Amino acid sequence: MSASLADEGLVIPDAPTEPGEFERSLRSLRDNGRKLLVAYVTGGLHDEWPDVVRAVADAGADAIEIGIPFSDPVMDGPIIQEASELALRDGASPVTVLDTLRTIDAGVPLAVMTYYNLAFHMGHERFAASLYEAGVRAAILPDLPLEEVGPWATAADPAGIETVMLAAPTAPDERLPRVVARSRGFVYAVGLLGVTGERDALAASSLVIARRLKAITDKPVLVGVGVSNAQQAAEVSQVADGCVIGSALMRRVVAGEGPAGAGAFIAEVRAALDAS
Amino acid sequence: MPETLVPACQELEAAFRDAWADQTFRDELDALLADYAGRPSPITECHRLSEELGVRVLLKREDLNHTGSHKINNVLGQALLAKRMGKTRLVAETGAGQHGVASATAAALMGMECKVFMGEVDIERQALNVFRMKLLGAEVVPAMSGSRTLKDAVNEAMRDWVGTVENTHYCLGSVMGPHPYPWMVREFHTVIGKESREQCAKLLENEIPDVVTACVGGGSNAIGIFSGFADTTAELVGVEPAGGAAVGRGVPGVVHGMKSYLMQDEFGQVQEAHSISAGLDYPGVGPEHSHLSSIGRARYEQVTDAEVIEAFQLLSRTEGIIPALEPAHALAWVIRDRAKLAGKTVLLNMSGRGDKDVAQMMEILG
Repeated sequence: MSASLADEGLVIPDAPTEPGEFERSLRSLRDNGRKLLVAYVTGGLHDEWPDVVRAVADAGADAIEIGIPFSDPVMDGPIIQEASELALRDGASPVTVLDTLRTIDAGVPLAVMTYYNLAFHMGHERFAASLYEAGVRAAILPDLPLEEVGPWATAADPAGIETVMLAAPTAPDERLPRVVARSRGFVYAVGLLGVTGERDALAASSLVIARRLKAITDKPVLVGVGVSNAQQAAEVSQVADGCVIGSALMRRVVAGEGPAGAGAFIAEVRAALDAS
Repeated sequence: MPETLVPACQELEAAFRDAWADQTFRDELDALLADYAGRPSPITECHRLSEELGVRVLLKREDLNHTGSHKINNVLGQALLAKRMGKTRLVAETGAGQHGVASATAAALMGMECKVFMGEVDIERQALNVFRMKLLGAEVVPAMSGSRTLKDAVNEAMRDWVGTVENTHYCLGSVMGPHPYPWMVREFHTVIGKESREQCAKLLENEIPDVVTACVGGGSNAIGIFSGFADTTAELVGVEPAGGAAVGRGVPGVVHGMKSYLMQDEFGQVQEAHSISAGLDYPGVGPEHSHLSSIGRARYEQVTDAEVIEAFQLLSRTEGIIPALEPAHALAWVIRDRAKLAGKTVLLNMSGRGDKDVAQMMEILG
């Protein structure tokens, strides 16, 4: 076990200048005029989760975030909390999720979204390598802020894992460029003040953060948190390069709509993005 | 810690640094601690208990503070700071309800809104404190996820704060969480150690006790009293519940914005703590305790629920002091190790009074 209490310092390595595989894929779609759609699927939730991943890919998701469930998901609202708890109760672990992922040929780039302690506990190098072996090319760790990313990024960068950074509406202007510079794969624009979950209307802050980010980077800017349906996805993608849909999809999966329901929903979002 | 909260923590650090160096703020807080909370708290010499154990036991009486525990020291400081920062609302987590009651009290005193998250399991076993918080004007929200205890109340408080950070201060109740909390909460509790040091200097021939002990969940009352004796020869002993022994059974981990010892499974999923005491039902521990343990300056003992129940009764019977279940842990260790401690002087932080636990003990003892 490599986890220790030692202070590993606050040195943040510069991100490699060349985009990685995940980012190149999103960039090329975007540069061809396509609005990007990333779907979030909780790994290990029901036996059918690999079929949900395939269905979502077939329905037009440009990349998929696989959630590795964690006991204490502080950035997640009720739906993803429930999905995570159910998956954990079903015996999901980083090992089972990644083992299964290896067998899923989704045909789109894969990221994992999980919490930092799972990477810290397994050891940064080992975790990064196990992601890569499972076909994952990017990682989103929403409780690992810029100041703390150094030790993880030092292992992830050379392992071929692009670490996506979150940019929040609370970030002052001087902070955003530093977050953007360290972000790989895409820049995850947090759409509102709050945790993941569906909202009746798109938050005005979604457009504000997207605009602020688009003004300073040509990396793909995707808005997540609070993007709840096809119409909101299209609306936010007027400014952003696309969006991440999580809770709205997982609510359907938790409710038992299965791969067919998940695919139908993503197809609807895809159509709205293509029409916008 | 979520990126959304980073600027808030940076702002909090700057504000605390500024306030702590500002004599006006310090005077205002000292006045509140004296005139509202009732400080300084006395040290009580336990004659009958000492005779029974063969160990000289002194209690630092934080149970005599307003609201019945040490938690008020930190809360008055944070509420005053929040007000200075222009925040109008407090959110807090609570286990046994002592920090929730203290937060609700400070909010009432300063005219602020207050929302307290409390695990559903704890709401059931600490009904009295839930009612007190409501009387004080706070909203009490059950944390329904995970183990439905303190850890999950922290998660819910953080989630609330992620959404309300512009007008809200997260009034965290222990020496844990992201920077600056472990440092700030410790500073607000150093008053326990400072007073104790002065009181011991007058009371004891050797000026310092042989042992200073306190219960440890997150570890705020222990850090408070340890801080007064860190530079002495006094042995520092933290006492954890056997079912929530982060230092004793945990491995390094990162959760709630801190790196510290944490009870986890083989994959790094945080495990649920199980203890008779809602206030110590936490699988992690403040990072400074992890540090004190790893450098050997403090050591950490574990006691069982049964030993705690015995200590709870013994202190009630011999001294007329009904302790909270949390500090009863520290006493349970003294009782168990009384042979090794024979003839020594032990200063124990009586961090809270037991009224809140009486209903639970009535059920257990029949």
